[in-house]
Amino acid sequence: MIFLALGTQLPFDRLTRAMDGWCARNPDAEVLGQIARLGPENHRPAHFDWVEMMPPEDFGAAFARAEFVVAHAGMGVIITALTLGKRLVIMPRRAELREHRNDHQRATAARFGTRPGVTVVEDEAALHAALDRLRADPPSPGAAQAADHADPDFAAAIREFLLTGRRRS
Amino acid sequence: MLLSRPPEDPARLRVLAVASAGGHLVQLRRLRRAFAGCRTVWVVTDPVFAADIRRDAERDGAPPPEVRAVPEGSLWSKVSLLRQMLAIAWIVVRVRPHAVVTTGAAPGYFAIRLARLLGARRTVWIDSVANADELSRAGREAGRHADLFLTQWPHLAAAPGEDDPKAPRCWGAVI
Repeated sequence: MIFLALGTQLPFDRLTRAMDGWCARNPDAEVLGQIARLGPENHRPAHFDWVEMMPPEDFGAAFARAEFVVAHAGMGVIITALTLGKRLVIMPRRAELREHRNDHQRATAARFGTRPGVTVVEDEAALHAALDRLRADPPSPGAAQAADHADPDFAAAIREFLLTGRRRS
Repeated sequence: MLLSRPPEDPARLRVLAVASAGGHLVQLRRLRRAFAGCRTVWVVTDPVFAADIRRDAERDGAPPPEVRAVPEGSLWSKVSLLRQMLAIAWIVVRVRPHAVVTTGAAPGYFAIRLARLLGARRTVWIDSVANADELSRAGREAGRHADLFLTQWPHLAAAPGEDDPKAPRCWGAVI
Protein backbone atom coordinates (compact mmCIF):
# COMPACT_ATOMS: atom_id res chain seq x y z
CA MET A 1 0.00 0.00 0.00
CA ILE A 2 1.12 3.55 -0.75
CA PHE A 3 0.09 6.12 1.88
CA LEU A 4 -0.54 9.73 0.88
CA ALA A 5 -0.38 12.12 3.87
CA LEU A 6 -1.14 15.82 3.47
CA GLY A 7 -1.22 17.07 7.06
CA THR A 8 -4.04 18.62 9.04
CA GLN A 9 -4.16 22.22 7.88
CA LEU A 10 -4.86 22.69 4.20
CA PRO A 11 -5.75 20.60 1.17
CA PHE A 12 -3.09 20.30 -1.52
CA ASP A 13 -4.80 19.91 -4.91
CA ARG A 14 -1.64 19.86 -7.01
CA LEU A 15 -0.38 16.74 -5.24
CA THR A 16 -3.83 15.13 -4.87
CA ARG A 17 -4.50 15.51 -8.60
CA ALA A 18 -1.06 14.26 -9.60
CA MET A 19 -1.58 11.19 -7.41
CA ASP A 20 -5.04 10.63 -8.88
CA GLY A 21 -3.58 10.78 -12.40
CA TRP A 22 -0.96 8.18 -11.56
CA CYS A 23 -3.56 5.90 -9.95
CA ALA A 24 -5.74 6.15 -13.07
CA ARG A 25 -2.85 4.68 -15.05
CA ASN A 26 -1.92 2.14 -12.36
CA PRO A 27 -5.27 0.63 -11.32
CA ASP A 28 -3.57 -2.28 -9.56
CA ALA A 29 -1.74 0.01 -7.12
CA GLU A 30 -3.31 0.23 -3.64
CA VAL A 31 -3.25 3.83 -2.41
CA LEU A 32 -4.76 5.31 0.75
CA GLY A 33 -4.91 9.10 1.09
CA GLN A 34 -5.35 11.39 4.09
CA ILE A 35 -5.89 14.61 2.22
CA ALA A 36 -7.05 17.25 4.81
CA ARG A 37 -10.42 19.02 4.97
CA LEU A 38 -11.62 19.83 1.48
CA GLY A 39 -13.58 22.88 0.42
CA PRO A 40 -16.24 22.71 -2.32
CA GLU A 41 -13.68 23.74 -4.94
CA ASN A 42 -11.08 21.10 -4.07
CA HIS A 43 -10.30 18.05 -6.18
CA ARG A 44 -11.96 14.83 -4.99
CA PRO A 45 -9.83 11.88 -6.06
CA ALA A 46 -11.63 9.27 -8.15
CA HIS A 47 -8.90 6.64 -8.48
CA PHE A 48 -7.79 5.94 -4.92
CA ASP A 49 -9.34 5.55 -1.46
CA TRP A 50 -9.11 8.64 0.69
CA VAL A 51 -10.34 10.30 3.88
CA GLU A 52 -9.97 13.90 4.95
CA MET A 53 -8.71 13.28 8.48
CA MET A 54 -7.67 10.18 10.41
CA PRO A 55 -7.39 9.52 14.15
CA PRO A 56 -3.69 9.31 15.17
CA GLU A 57 -3.87 5.51 15.72
CA ASP A 58 -5.12 4.94 12.16
CA PHE A 59 -2.59 7.38 10.79
CA GLY A 60 0.21 5.52 12.59
CA ALA A 61 -1.09 2.15 11.37
CA ALA A 62 -1.34 3.33 7.75
CA PHE A 63 2.15 4.77 7.96
CA ALA A 64 3.56 1.54 9.38
CA ARG A 65 1.83 -0.64 6.78
CA ALA A 66 2.84 1.51 3.78
CA GLU A 67 5.43 0.34 1.27
CA PHE A 68 6.35 4.00 1.03
CA VAL A 69 4.75 7.36 1.83
CA VAL A 70 3.95 10.34 -0.40
CA ALA A 71 3.44 13.66 1.40
CA HIS A 72 3.70 17.41 1.56
CA ALA A 73 7.00 18.62 3.07
CA GLY A 74 5.64 18.81 6.63
CA MET A 75 7.93 18.04 9.57
CA GLY A 76 5.48 15.63 11.21
CA VAL A 77 5.53 13.33 8.22
CA ILE A 78 9.27 13.70 7.62
CA ILE A 79 10.21 12.89 11.23
CA THR A 80 7.79 9.94 11.31
CA ALA A 81 9.24 8.53 8.08
CA LEU A 82 12.83 8.90 9.31
CA THR A 83 12.08 7.21 12.64
CA LEU A 84 10.29 4.29 10.95
CA GLY A 85 12.93 3.98 8.22
CA LYS A 86 10.13 4.45 5.67
CA ARG A 87 10.83 5.68 2.14
CA LEU A 88 9.28 9.05 1.49
CA VAL A 89 8.41 11.21 -1.53
CA ILE A 90 7.71 14.86 -0.66
CA MET A 91 6.28 17.69 -2.73
CA PRO A 92 6.76 21.07 -1.00
CA ARG A 93 3.79 23.42 -0.85
CA ARG A 94 4.38 26.76 -2.58
CA ALA A 95 3.20 30.11 -1.27
CA GLU A 96 2.75 31.64 -4.74
CA LEU A 97 0.15 28.95 -5.54
CA ARG A 98 -1.52 29.68 -2.18
CA GLU A 99 -0.67 26.21 -0.96
CA HIS A 100 0.73 27.63 2.30
CA ARG A 101 1.36 30.97 4.01
CA ASN A 102 5.05 30.99 3.10
CA ASP A 103 7.73 28.90 1.42
CA HIS A 104 9.12 27.16 4.51
CA GLN A 105 8.23 23.77 3.02
CA ARG A 106 10.65 24.42 0.17
CA ALA A 107 13.37 25.15 2.73
CA THR A 108 12.45 22.01 4.63
CA ALA A 109 12.53 19.93 1.43
CA ALA A 110 15.94 21.33 0.50
CA ARG A 111 17.37 20.45 3.94
CA PHE A 112 15.77 17.02 4.40
CA GLY A 113 15.74 15.89 0.76
CA THR A 114 19.34 14.71 1.12
CA ARG A 115 18.49 12.21 3.89
CA PRO A 116 18.58 8.55 2.84
CA GLY A 117 15.22 7.33 1.51
CA VAL A 118 13.81 10.82 0.91
CA THR A 119 12.94 12.00 -2.64
CA VAL A 120 11.79 15.56 -3.36
CA VAL A 121 9.51 16.17 -6.36
CA GLU A 122 8.38 19.55 -7.64
CA ASP A 123 5.73 18.57 -10.20
CA GLU A 124 3.48 15.83 -11.52
CA ALA A 125 6.03 14.36 -13.97
CA ALA A 126 8.67 14.05 -11.25
CA LEU A 127 6.12 12.51 -8.89
CA HIS A 128 5.10 9.88 -11.45
CA ALA A 129 8.74 9.00 -12.16
CA ALA A 130 9.43 8.65 -8.43
CA LEU A 131 6.32 6.48 -7.91
CA ASP A 132 7.28 4.20 -10.80
CA ARG A 133 10.83 3.84 -9.49
CA LEU A 134 9.87 3.16 -5.84
CA ARG A 135 7.21 0.70 -6.83
CA ALA A 136 9.64 -1.28 -8.97
CA ASP A 137 12.20 -1.25 -6.19
CA PRO A 138 11.11 -3.02 -2.97
CA PRO A 139 12.16 -1.45 0.35
CA SER A 140 15.43 -2.67 1.79
CA PRO A 141 14.65 -4.68 4.95
CA GLY A 142 17.27 -3.05 7.16
CA ALA A 143 16.54 0.60 6.36
CA ALA A 144 18.17 2.87 8.92
CA GLN A 145 15.79 4.23 11.53
CA ALA A 146 16.38 7.50 13.32
CA ALA A 147 16.17 7.43 17.13
CA ASP A 148 12.79 7.93 18.79
CA HIS A 149 14.07 10.87 20.82
CA ALA A 150 15.85 14.14 20.09
CA ASP A 151 19.61 14.30 20.51
CA PRO A 152 20.13 13.50 24.25
CA ASP A 153 22.49 16.47 24.73
CA PHE A 154 19.88 18.84 23.33
CA ALA A 155 17.17 17.53 25.65
CA ALA A 156 19.59 17.58 28.62
CA ALA A 157 20.51 21.23 28.01
CA ILE A 158 16.84 22.24 27.89
CA ARG A 159 16.18 20.17 31.01
CA GLU A 160 18.97 21.95 32.86
CA PHE A 161 17.39 25.29 31.99
CA LEU A 162 13.88 24.20 33.02
CA LEU A 163 15.09 22.76 36.33
CA THR A 164 17.65 25.37 37.36
CA GLY A 165 17.34 28.39 35.06
CA ARG A 166 20.99 27.90 34.03
CA ARG A 167 21.92 28.29 30.36
CA ARG A 168 24.64 26.37 28.63
CA SER A 169 26.98 28.64 26.66
CA MET B 1 -0.37 36.89 42.96
CA LEU B 2 3.00 36.16 41.41
CA LEU B 3 4.72 32.83 41.58
CA SER B 4 7.21 32.12 44.30
CA ARG B 5 10.65 30.76 43.51
CA PRO B 6 10.52 27.54 41.44
CA PRO B 7 11.09 24.43 43.58
CA GLU B 8 14.39 22.56 43.35
CA ASP B 9 12.64 19.20 43.34
CA PRO B 10 11.80 18.38 39.67
CA ALA B 11 8.73 16.45 40.79
CA ARG B 12 7.25 19.69 42.13
CA LEU B 13 8.15 21.85 39.12
CA ARG B 14 5.01 22.71 37.14
CA VAL B 15 5.69 22.65 33.41
CA LEU B 16 3.37 23.45 30.52
CA ALA B 17 4.39 21.58 27.35
CA VAL B 18 2.58 23.31 24.49
CA ALA B 19 2.35 22.48 20.78
CA SER B 20 -0.12 22.82 17.95
CA ALA B 21 -0.97 19.90 15.66
CA GLY B 22 1.34 18.16 13.23
CA GLY B 23 5.09 18.70 13.20
CA HIS B 24 5.06 21.00 16.24
CA LEU B 25 3.74 18.25 18.50
CA VAL B 26 5.88 15.53 16.91
CA GLN B 27 8.95 17.64 17.74
CA LEU B 28 7.90 18.39 21.33
CA ARG B 29 7.20 14.71 21.99
CA ARG B 30 10.75 13.94 20.92
CA LEU B 31 11.98 16.36 23.61
CA ARG B 32 9.93 14.87 26.44
CA ARG B 33 13.04 13.76 28.36
CA ALA B 34 13.71 17.46 28.97
CA PHE B 35 10.77 17.57 31.38
CA ALA B 36 10.34 13.91 32.35
CA GLY B 37 9.44 13.53 36.01
CA CYS B 38 8.17 17.10 36.29
CA ARG B 39 4.56 17.94 37.03
CA THR B 40 3.80 18.42 33.35
CA VAL B 41 0.56 19.50 31.73
CA TRP B 42 0.49 19.01 27.95
CA VAL B 43 -1.51 21.54 25.95
CA VAL B 44 -2.55 20.42 22.44
CA THR B 45 -5.00 21.71 19.83
CA ASP B 46 -7.08 18.56 19.42
CA PRO B 47 -8.03 16.00 22.11
CA VAL B 48 -7.21 13.13 19.72
CA PHE B 49 -3.48 13.74 20.32
CA ALA B 50 -3.81 12.68 23.96
CA ALA B 51 -3.55 9.09 22.71
CA ASP B 52 -0.07 9.69 21.25
CA ILE B 53 1.15 11.36 24.44
CA ARG B 54 -0.24 8.55 26.59
CA ARG B 55 1.41 5.94 24.39
CA ASP B 56 4.78 7.71 24.79
CA ALA B 57 4.35 7.69 28.58
CA GLU B 58 3.52 3.98 28.59
CA ARG B 59 6.59 3.22 26.52
CA ASP B 60 8.73 5.32 28.88
CA GLY B 61 7.22 3.65 31.95
CA ALA B 62 6.00 7.07 33.11
CA PRO B 63 2.70 7.77 34.91
CA PRO B 64 -0.29 8.73 32.73
CA PRO B 65 0.23 12.29 31.49
CA GLU B 66 -2.19 15.16 31.96
CA VAL B 67 -3.32 16.54 28.59
CA ARG B 68 -5.56 19.56 27.96
CA ALA B 69 -6.96 20.50 24.56
CA VAL B 70 -7.53 24.09 23.45
CA PRO B 71 -9.28 25.25 20.28
CA GLU B 72 -7.25 25.27 17.10
CA GLY B 73 -6.12 28.82 16.22
CA SER B 74 -5.55 29.93 12.67
CA LEU B 75 -3.66 33.04 11.60
CA TRP B 76 -6.49 33.56 9.14
CA SER B 77 -9.11 33.80 11.86
CA LYS B 78 -8.77 36.33 14.69
CA VAL B 79 -11.79 34.81 16.44
CA SER B 80 -10.17 31.38 16.58
CA LEU B 81 -6.99 32.92 18.00
CA LEU B 82 -8.95 34.79 20.65
CA ARG B 83 -10.78 31.63 21.70
CA GLN B 84 -7.47 29.79 21.86
CA MET B 85 -5.88 32.54 23.94
CA LEU B 86 -8.74 32.49 26.46
CA ALA B 87 -8.50 28.72 26.81
CA ILE B 88 -4.76 28.96 27.44
CA ALA B 89 -5.25 31.81 29.91
CA TRP B 90 -7.61 29.58 31.89
CA ILE B 91 -5.07 26.74 31.96
CA VAL B 92 -2.23 29.08 32.94
CA VAL B 93 -4.26 30.55 35.81
CA ARG B 94 -5.22 27.08 37.07
CA VAL B 95 -1.83 25.40 36.65
CA ARG B 96 0.45 28.34 37.58
CA PRO B 97 3.38 26.90 35.62
CA HIS B 98 6.94 27.64 36.71
CA ALA B 99 8.11 26.76 33.21
CA VAL B 100 6.77 26.64 29.65
CA VAL B 101 8.34 24.68 26.84
CA THR B 102 6.94 24.95 23.32
CA THR B 103 7.77 24.20 19.71
CA GLY B 104 5.02 26.57 18.52
CA ALA B 105 3.01 27.82 17.06
CA ALA B 106 0.26 30.24 18.26
CA PRO B 107 -0.62 28.37 21.49
CA GLY B 108 3.04 28.42 22.51
CA TYR B 109 3.18 32.16 21.98
CA PHE B 110 0.12 32.69 24.19
CA ALA B 111 1.40 30.31 26.87
CA ILE B 112 4.75 32.10 27.11
CA ARG B 113 3.21 35.57 27.29
CA LEU B 114 0.55 34.59 29.84
CA ALA B 115 2.80 32.46 32.05
CA ARG B 116 5.34 35.29 32.19
CA LEU B 117 2.60 37.71 33.23
CA LEU B 118 2.04 35.48 36.26
CA GLY B 119 5.72 35.34 37.06
CA ALA B 120 7.14 32.29 35.23
CA ARG B 121 10.76 32.94 34.28
CA ARG B 122 11.69 29.65 32.67
CA THR B 123 9.89 29.90 29.36
CA VAL B 124 11.46 28.28 26.31
CA TRP B 125 10.57 28.77 22.65
CA ILE B 126 12.09 26.15 20.36
CA ASP B 127 11.54 27.24 16.78
CA SER B 128 10.35 24.37 14.56
CA VAL B 129 13.03 22.60 12.55
CA ALA B 130 10.78 23.30 9.53
CA ASN B 131 12.00 26.89 9.64
CA ALA B 132 15.32 26.22 7.98
CA ASP B 133 15.81 29.44 6.02
CA GLU B 134 14.37 31.98 8.44
CA LEU B 135 12.83 32.02 11.90
CA SER B 136 9.06 31.52 11.99
CA ARG B 137 6.84 34.55 12.37
CA ALA B 138 5.54 33.26 15.70
CA GLY B 139 9.12 32.58 16.78
CA ARG B 140 10.23 36.12 16.03
CA GLU B 141 7.32 37.39 18.13
CA ALA B 142 7.53 34.89 20.97
CA GLY B 143 11.32 34.76 21.06
CA ARG B 144 11.51 38.37 22.23
CA HIS B 145 9.47 37.43 25.28
CA ALA B 146 10.79 33.94 26.03
CA ASP B 147 13.47 33.47 28.69
CA LEU B 148 15.23 31.11 26.32
CA PHE B 149 14.90 31.36 22.53
CA LEU B 150 16.25 28.45 20.51
CA THR B 151 16.45 27.75 16.79
CA GLN B 152 17.36 24.27 15.55
CA TRP B 153 19.56 25.61 12.75
CA PRO B 154 23.06 26.90 13.58
CA HIS B 155 23.03 29.37 10.68
CA LEU B 156 19.93 31.11 12.16
CA ALA B 157 21.44 31.45 15.64
CA ALA B 158 23.22 34.48 17.06
CA ALA B 159 26.83 34.72 15.93
CA PRO B 160 29.35 33.46 18.52
CA GLY B 161 30.24 36.28 20.86
CA GLU B 162 27.05 38.17 20.21
CA ASP B 163 25.68 39.07 23.62
CA ASP B 164 22.14 40.20 22.71
CA PRO B 165 20.14 38.10 25.19
CA LYS B 166 17.11 38.17 22.88
CA ALA B 167 18.94 36.64 19.89
CA PRO B 168 18.20 32.95 19.26
CA ARG B 169 20.73 30.28 20.24
CA CYS B 170 21.18 26.85 18.72
CA TRP B 171 21.71 23.99 21.18
CA GLY B 172 20.80 21.13 18.83
CA ALA B 173 17.90 19.70 16.89
CA VAL B 174 15.13 17.16 17.43
CA ILE B 175 16.15 15.10 14.38
